[in-house]
Amino acid sequence: MKRKDTIHDHLFKQIGSSLLLILLFLAAGQVINADWTEVVENRKQAAFFLEGFLQPEWSYIDRLLEPMIETISMSISGTFLGVITAVPAAFLGTNLVTRNPVITFIFRTFFSLIRTIPNLLLAALFVAIIGIGELTGVLTIAVFTFGMVSQLIFASIETIDIGPLEADNSIGATRFQIAVNAVWPQVAHSVYAYALYSFEVNIRASAVLGYVGAGGIGVMLNTALSFMQFGRVSLIILIILFLVFLTSLISEYIRREVI
Amino acid sequence: MPIKKFINYGLLGLLIITLVYSFINLDYSNLINLQFNNLWHIFTGLLQPDLSYVYDGTGEDLVHLMFQTVVIAFYGTFIGSVLSIPFILLSAKSTWGRFQIFPLAMRGLLNLMRSVPALIYAILFVRVVGPGPFAGALALGVQLVGMLGKLVSEELDCVDETPIEAIHAVGASNVQVFQYSRLPQVLPIAASHILNHFEINVRSATTLGLVGAGGIGAPIIFALQQRNWPRVSVILLAIILVVVVIDFVSSRIRQKLL
Amino acid sequence: MIELKNVSKTFPNGVVGLNNINLTIEQGEFICIIGLSGAGKSTLLRSLNRLNDVSEGEIIINGESITHANSKELRRMRRNIGMIFQQFNLVRKNTVQRNVISGRLGYYNNWQTLLGLFSKEDYQRTEDALEKVGLSDKLKVRSDSLSGGQQQRVSIARTIVQEADIILADEPVSALDPVTSETVMNDFKRLNEELKKTIIINIHSVELARRYASRIIGMRHGEIVFDGLASEATDQKLNEIYGKAIFENEIQDSREALEAEIEHRLQQDVSTEL
Repeated sequence: MKRKDTIHDHLFKQIGSSLLLILLFLAAGQVINADWTEVVENRKQAAFFLEGFLQPEWSYIDRLLEPMIETISMSISGTFLGVITAVPAAFLGTNLVTRNPVITFIFRTFFSLIRTIPNLLLAALFVAIIGIGELTGVLTIAVFTFGMVSQLIFASIETIDIGPLEADNSIGATRFQIAVNAVWPQVAHSVYAYALYSFEVNIRASAVLGYVGAGGIGVMLNTALSFMQFGRVSLIILIILFLVFLTSLISEYIRREVI
Repeated sequence: MPIKKFINYGLLGLLIITLVYSFINLDYSNLINLQFNNLWHIFTGLLQPDLSYVYDGTGEDLVHLMFQTVVIAFYGTFIGSVLSIPFILLSAKSTWGRFQIFPLAMRGLLNLMRSVPALIYAILFVRVVGPGPFAGALALGVQLVGMLGKLVSEELDCVDETPIEAIHAVGASNVQVFQYSRLPQVLPIAASHILNHFEINVRSATTLGLVGAGGIGAPIIFALQQRNWPRVSVILLAIILVVVVIDFVSSRIRQKLL
Repeated sequence: MIELKNVSKTFPNGVVGLNNINLTIEQGEFICIIGLSGAGKSTLLRSLNRLNDVSEGEIIINGESITHANSKELRRMRRNIGMIFQQFNLVRKNTVQRNVISGRLGYYNNWQTLLGLFSKEDYQRTEDALEKVGLSDKLKVRSDSLSGGQQQRVSIARTIVQEADIILADEPVSALDPVTSETVMNDFKRLNEELKKTIIINIHSVELARRYASRIIGMRHGEIVFDGLASEATDQKLNEIYGKAIFENEIQDSREALEAEIEHRLQQDVSTEL
């Protein structure tokens, strides 16, 4: 019987695409000079790292207390600023509130552009403009959160019930009034949820942001890494993980009980 | 329920206090640097992207390095996906009947693996295989093993159980059941996750150069340190362009998969 | 022949699913099991091919105990028992062909399956089975693009391909409209009359049960409260056992059928006007 009558009718297509993928992989390996023998030869290095990692230097923890609080404050302020600015921005970007399609287009493109820049680069950019310090961290987090949350709110607004808007419109409300009265109540819940979510994300990101000097616990990470003190590195990472875990617990609680 | 309201208001108050405290506690000394002259200089610099950097045939130009960045992401995503397969199988609750301790332990390990920022892995791998793009790809790969391991094993566990029951009922073995009803349900979703992470990895790959792991990361950091704003802006533009294009193509493919 | 001897099942939370069931079913019978929700119909059916384990007692199929079978024997015995589910239980993204031919998996080892090596005869069986249910033209079609009734018939085709002597069906028509339900029940009837298969169907429509079954078993609270010919299951008798509740679904179904017919007529009127 013919192959195409069996369940293997796409066999050649499947084999062909797999081969193509493998070829691309090998070619990519050439481009980046992938040399797997190096991995094997230098495995002692990796073991050296792992050893350092697996023995966190617990005594270092008292030096980390202040940076920890710094990180949390940074994230709180940054998230707050980001969310506060994201709300009106998202509103401006929807067709419901702003009738002018040109304005909405400009805003939405602007937001997506902000979102495509990785937040480490944002941090480096702001460090170059403003200098090292916590404020830079706050600004980076704010901008990054702004990009992320405005998109989320925007998506929320798209899915709301048009009814209340039409009702308000028919009684002659201005666009601003419609926004506050009909749109906001429906998305408010989601906005709080997004704020909590961004806070979690930002705590996690603050580790790396500090690496470029944007303040917080990441700065200590940078120092520890340059001095190859892996015990400290692993402690810092553990602390960050702990903070993330803590924030996710808190936000779970808030989400369930309050929102 | 008055107690609940009390707690809620209490939390709200706590939140406001924390907020105010955070703002007060900040070190505002950097605001000095926001002088108008500086900002204007930066702004005009950014508006004149250094187009000569785009391509000059030396192999160190924008086109070449952006290409390298994307390839780093591709290679890393590829090895991450392949290497995650045993981890996925080992951490899916449905493959371990009675010995649930294994998947739980595995999940914990994977969570740990994916929580470490790719940058740290990059530093590690630069030590192991030397500086360059290969280190970056390995870093992305290892982090992806953690992410995919968690995501796909969770998908495996919440797949529609009804066809699985049906295949068991015809007398198939566990391996056959897996191949004929669990796997076909999970593959499209897994592929979608992989593409999604490829997009994310392209973004990450642009920053790994910071620690010597290749790609466009190093040039942009140098440009920033030298305050070479025209160069900074042309690199940013390139990054934005590449990320937007890749996001677009990848979303289209993902729509067709699902 | 299927024998149930003193079969009981208690769930981990203490609920009694089956209570001392004793039953004998001969090859070739067409049995419908009726009862209210929670009566134990599903539990009983799924114990027959051991998708549920039983707490006490033994189930013997064609002389072999399925209760005490090891995994290899269980696989072999299950090859001979087909099962049809309320939710069709197809792999939706797979083609009809793949879904039907997977009924033969019990006859292959893991390596053959890995390479997807089905025999020529099995491909032929797939085609024949699809012809029997009237879906020959849907061989390479994705299963989720079919209607509910068609998907159910694909799963019947899967059972046919198994060439099983015994076919179990757990509420096979509950998710289908009345017209399609008739088609599906007729398929079962043909399988029983032409191919002499034993058919055991869980169903909550007493009317359908009376029309198609040769023997009706009624269950309540995990026990068998009625076991006799379809003709003996009069309204009066069932009322005695269950009260009006057992007929609730009838009223619902017949109203649905009436509404469906009215809609159909209206559409015809509209299209003739245009």
